[in-house]
Amino acid sequence: MDWLERVTWSPYAVGIGIGVLSWFTWLVSNKPIGCSTSFARTAGMIEKLLRGKKAAARPYYQEFKPVVDWQWMLVVGMIVGALASAQLSGDFRWQWVPGQWAAAFGSSAPVRLLVALLGGVLLGLGSRWADGCTSGHGISGTMQLAISSWVSAICFFVGGIAMAYLLFVVIA
Amino acid sequence: MKARLPLLWGFLFGIVFGFLLQKGGVTKYDVIIGQLLLEDWTVLKIMLSAVVTGMIGLHLMKSLGWIQLDPKPGSWGRNAVGGLIFGLGFALLGYCPGTIAGAMGSGYLDAMVGGLAGILLGSGLFAAAYPRLRKGILKKGNFDSLTLPRLLKVNDWVVIVPLSALIVLLLHLLERAGL
Repeated sequence: MDWLERVTWSPYAVGIGIGVLSWFTWLVSNKPIGCSTSFARTAGMIEKLLRGKKAAARPYYQEFKPVVDWQWMLVVGMIVGALASAQLSGDFRWQWVPGQWAAAFGSSAPVRLLVALLGGVLLGLGSRWADGCTSGHGISGTMQLAISSWVSAICFFVGGIAMAYLLFVVIA
Repeated sequence: MKARLPLLWGFLFGIVFGFLLQKGGVTKYDVIIGQLLLEDWTVLKIMLSAVVTGMIGLHLMKSLGWIQLDPKPGSWGRNAVGGLIFGLGFALLGYCPGTIAGAMGSGYLDAMVGGLAGILLGSGLFAAAYPRLRKGILKKGNFDSLTLPRLLKVNDWVVIVPLSALIVLLLHLLERAGL
């Protein structure tokens, strides 16, 4: 079981594995792999907790009910699966500031957290706006040959490359 | 128990997905930023090999009548604008909504504290703005649930075979270039 303890696998083995996994999610659950809707449902759950019926009445939460569904459990499973993988290989490490960020902008945790928060806001907003993320559009949608997903996936990377260059080439 | 079974499957599939993403290294900030700076091509290698594998399998199962696919509807206002906003956030955070779950499972506290709070906040903001957005920009340049084969008015495999060949060639060239 040596391979389970390895830190990294070949990207092609991982990619083919994800492709095969997608066959089974369709076959067994009739669902594509996706993640970002679960964060919207969670936001709805939190708002419902704070504001009650008013939040549940929002048209968006009428369409995407703030409940635990298949995809929500998928995301919970992902945390467990990644934890298992990282523990098996000894790759698990608590860290506030990732290496490449620290090399360019220093090891201040509050600065990193602030930028992560801002990035998260744009990511949450953008994934709802585009109706999917790197999994739902980038992998599951492109393999269904959906125009919406190819347009989204290309724009994820165009926006991402532009911001990464701004951060690490222009600013740093 | 019967109603819970789909949720259990979701959880089990999630474990496999999270395990694979962590082994692929894409739950790491440095790997994602490396891809966006065009220095480390791991993310694209994983995505493209998943797309080829999935695309062939899904359409085979569709041809056999085992499954019905469900391509998402969209529009330029939705997917291009939303995609670009997503991209900016993708580079600032260094994780996406999927890999952030894996990053949390690998000990990244910036994902757990800053990133997660941000995604929830951003999703909530969208839900609040949704009634106005859906009447305006989200409808601009609508292309509904169009797929590449339907756009080109050809059989699915007329797109799948050359597209798979193109992706394999691209991956081969990436390896040849030592990337």
